[in-house]
Amino acid sequence: MKTGLILSLALAAAAFAAPPVVIQNAKVLTVTKGTFQGSVLIQDGKIVEAGEKVMVPPGARIIDAAGQYLMPGIIDAHTHIASESTNEGSISVSSMARIEDAINPEDISIYRALAGGVTTAHVLHGSANSIGGTTVVLKMRWTRDAAGLVFEGARPGLKFALGENPKRSGSGASPSRTTPRYPATRMGIEDVIRQAFVEAKQYQQAWGDYQAKVKSGVQATPPRRDLKLEPIVEVLEGKRMTHVHAYRADEILMMLRLAEELGFKIHSLEHGLEGYKVAKEIVAHGAGVSTFSDWWAYKMEAIDAIPYNAALMMRKGVLVSLNSDDLNANLSTRLNTEAAKTMKYGGLNETEALALITINPARQLEIDKRVGSIEPGKDADLVIYDKHPLSSFARVQKVFIDGEMYFDRDRDVSGRAEREVRKKALTDRQKEREKEQKKSFPTRRPS
Amino acid sequence: MKHAMLLLSLVLPAAGADPPPLAIRNARVVTVSGPVLKKATVVVKDGLIAAVGENIDVPKDAWVIEGEGLTVYPGLIDALSNWGIPEAAALAPAPAASGRTSTTPRPAPSATPDPSAPPPAQGPEDRPSNTSWQRAADLVKPTDRRLEAARSAGFTTAVTFPMTGIFAGQGAVINLAGEKAQQMVVASPVGQYLAFPAGSGFGGGGGFPGSLMGVFAYIRQLNIDADYYRQARLEYEKRPAGARRPDYDRASEGWLESPRILLPATRAMEIDRVLRLAAEVKKLAVVYGAHEGYKAADLLKKAGAPVLMSLKWPEKARDADPDQPESLRTLELRDKAPSTPAALAKAGVKFAFYTDKIDRPRDALRAVRRAIDAGLSVDDAVRALTLAAAEIYGVAGQIGSIEAGKIANLLVTSGDLFQEKTQVKFVLIDGVKFEPAPETPPAEEVAR
Repeated sequence: MKTGLILSLALAAAAFAAPPVVIQNAKVLTVTKGTFQGSVLIQDGKIVEAGEKVMVPPGARIIDAAGQYLMPGIIDAHTHIASESTNEGSISVSSMARIEDAINPEDISIYRALAGGVTTAHVLHGSANSIGGTTVVLKMRWTRDAAGLVFEGARPGLKFALGENPKRSGSGASPSRTTPRYPATRMGIEDVIRQAFVEAKQYQQAWGDYQAKVKSGVQATPPRRDLKLEPIVEVLEGKRMTHVHAYRADEILMMLRLAEELGFKIHSLEHGLEGYKVAKEIVAHGAGVSTFSDWWAYKMEAIDAIPYNAALMMRKGVLVSLNSDDLNANLSTRLNTEAAKTMKYGGLNETEALALITINPARQLEIDKRVGSIEPGKDADLVIYDKHPLSSFARVQKVFIDGEMYFDRDRDVSGRAEREVRKKALTDRQKEREKEQKKSFPTRRPS
Repeated sequence: MKHAMLLLSLVLPAAGADPPPLAIRNARVVTVSGPVLKKATVVVKDGLIAAVGENIDVPKDAWVIEGEGLTVYPGLIDALSNWGIPEAAALAPAPAASGRTSTTPRPAPSATPDPSAPPPAQGPEDRPSNTSWQRAADLVKPTDRRLEAARSAGFTTAVTFPMTGIFAGQGAVINLAGEKAQQMVVASPVGQYLAFPAGSGFGGGGGFPGSLMGVFAYIRQLNIDADYYRQARLEYEKRPAGARRPDYDRASEGWLESPRILLPATRAMEIDRVLRLAAEVKKLAVVYGAHEGYKAADLLKKAGAPVLMSLKWPEKARDADPDQPESLRTLELRDKAPSTPAALAKAGVKFAFYTDKIDRPRDALRAVRRAIDAGLSVDDAVRALTLAAAEIYGVAGQIGSIEAGKIANLLVTSGDLFQEKTQVKFVLIDGVKFEPAPETPPAEEVAR
């Protein structure tokens, strides 16, 4: 009894101050500070030291990664996993919709992405609307609740969409849509976005006037709070990031000019398949692009997509990342090979290729002080691969987030038999229940 | 004289020839609020419990029922229902308490739009799927054919709600019998019923909201609007001259007069989600469904939110493909859902049962037995069918237990409520006796 108490106390203490972890003998791909054979020391969820030799504190847990590769956790800059709804597609401006409300922490896609080395994912509203909903950055802390997944301190974002998707949602071309929705053209999309910002500016003005009156002691009625306009005002005030779904060069230019006209910044162009055509203009605005490796011809507006896009833009100075755009973790389980493709198409070197899925998306999301590379002071979000991560034969072995191991291939494999046993037991009990039920509720038929 | 008579009839709406008092003598009385009385008498007068106890004088003019071998319980309460609203019976069977499904199927878009249909809603300001002002108390009818089956199973009371739309309307505590609809209502309004209809999201043409996050945004905005509306009304009423009057908004009115809101959540993560919403809109929340509540008991305790526990335990669909593999999570939920009541009781979360989509009210007690098999005490089970519901809706002063002064809603059985062989002898509703109808096989089986 007493030993039990002591044991549980010890466990509780351990939970508060997890022992330091040292990952040894790995090939460390830091992405920002070169590659070396060495070790990484993790303490209190942070990377404390990374080098050929690191201090091993007493009581540290040693993980021998001899012959293996250690890289920063992958950041998926654009995904739709872990969310129970993706589009509030009923209206063209749905900025009141929040992905955060629909987080499903039990979505198996989180675990699958984790097993693909993803530690951070930017979950966006879909592309049905000219202005979609607010986005959320999550860490793949599988088994935690919705609030526990949220990347604390990450700047909030707002999704925009141009081109075919918002056009199609509105045109009445979709058989399920009975009432056509404005806009149905690219011109209309520009108009809808401009109109929304004009409204938001009026709203901002109304609040400004009210606050000025209150300050000078004048009796005033506050304006009605409008949850649709608030995020747009936040964009105008630079408090909220913007992520714009755009494929074609012409609509990319339209959006950059519109943003400059209205006075806000585009932080990232999502997909940007024709970005290589207007890389100079994108750099001039200061936007990043989160694109695909080699997706092509799946819709008309993707007709000029080329697999060289990422490399070409990067060479012109665009901050580029690659994303999965997943609904059910599929591509996010192998973003490493997506990155590797840029070495064949465009000739990026290993570090540049890895940057596309680590430090670059971190910079785009402005979370690069916390994640995206292996550097002392950053979150211990790390992946151990058995082979070089840019090889298609590489398999993720272990994944750490905040220094805690959230995925372990051995644990997963060895746990499968036990899961099957549990499943079998539950299935048997269910069958028994069904039998019982038949006994107590015999189907009566008139004789 | 004339005035006096009018007054009298106002005070005693059910007047007329007063029925004589009724006494159930020497029965086992499960008072719920107090100890079980092994051999006691309950006296009912004027529709109220006049006295209960072991040494009670039976009034001379009383109609005496010998209670030897019988057990008296407070009448059972269905804590979330649409009994009494006959129109609801025709609708799809009661609520699916999940974030993704709904009681109200979205009308399937047809190829040719109906020209008379209103244009699709463009946002919260159009107040779509909103009848928050609607009161169940105004909709109930004693002619609802489901009432007899409910009474025959021992139910005397239901907390009944309109169930259409997102903001469906105000519930009422009703007694399941009455000459007139007005006599059925015990308390109103007792809460706002919310449901989260699922939508395709990708421009289905159904109007706002088309997704779960749209519904949440709507609830949040309506809460803000209602508050703004209240303030504006107050300002205006103080100084109407020279001020522009605020537009009348029945949706805000309905929201403001809701003493509590009922939120759907089956899974633990849905419970977590709706509790966060409730905290944000600062409304007293009641969670309904809660099959995975065994994982969320601490969360509910911390939030102080009571639970309406669905008795429709999740089971494999009858027409499910037997070869389709099922996830561990699904299997676990089916296995463990009936352990939720015990877990809630242990954590000190207040909960009451509701019959949900159970076809026959009688099957509700069989469903409770599964919760008892999974660890719920019989006392807690009885409480969750009686006093707990009354407490959750703030009507424990009127119903839910056998105490002098409370409404005479009683259930008299041949024995322990949860024994298979136990029969309902009769119920009293407002002191009026109803005997159970002979159990008939359900219609669908007769039809074969």
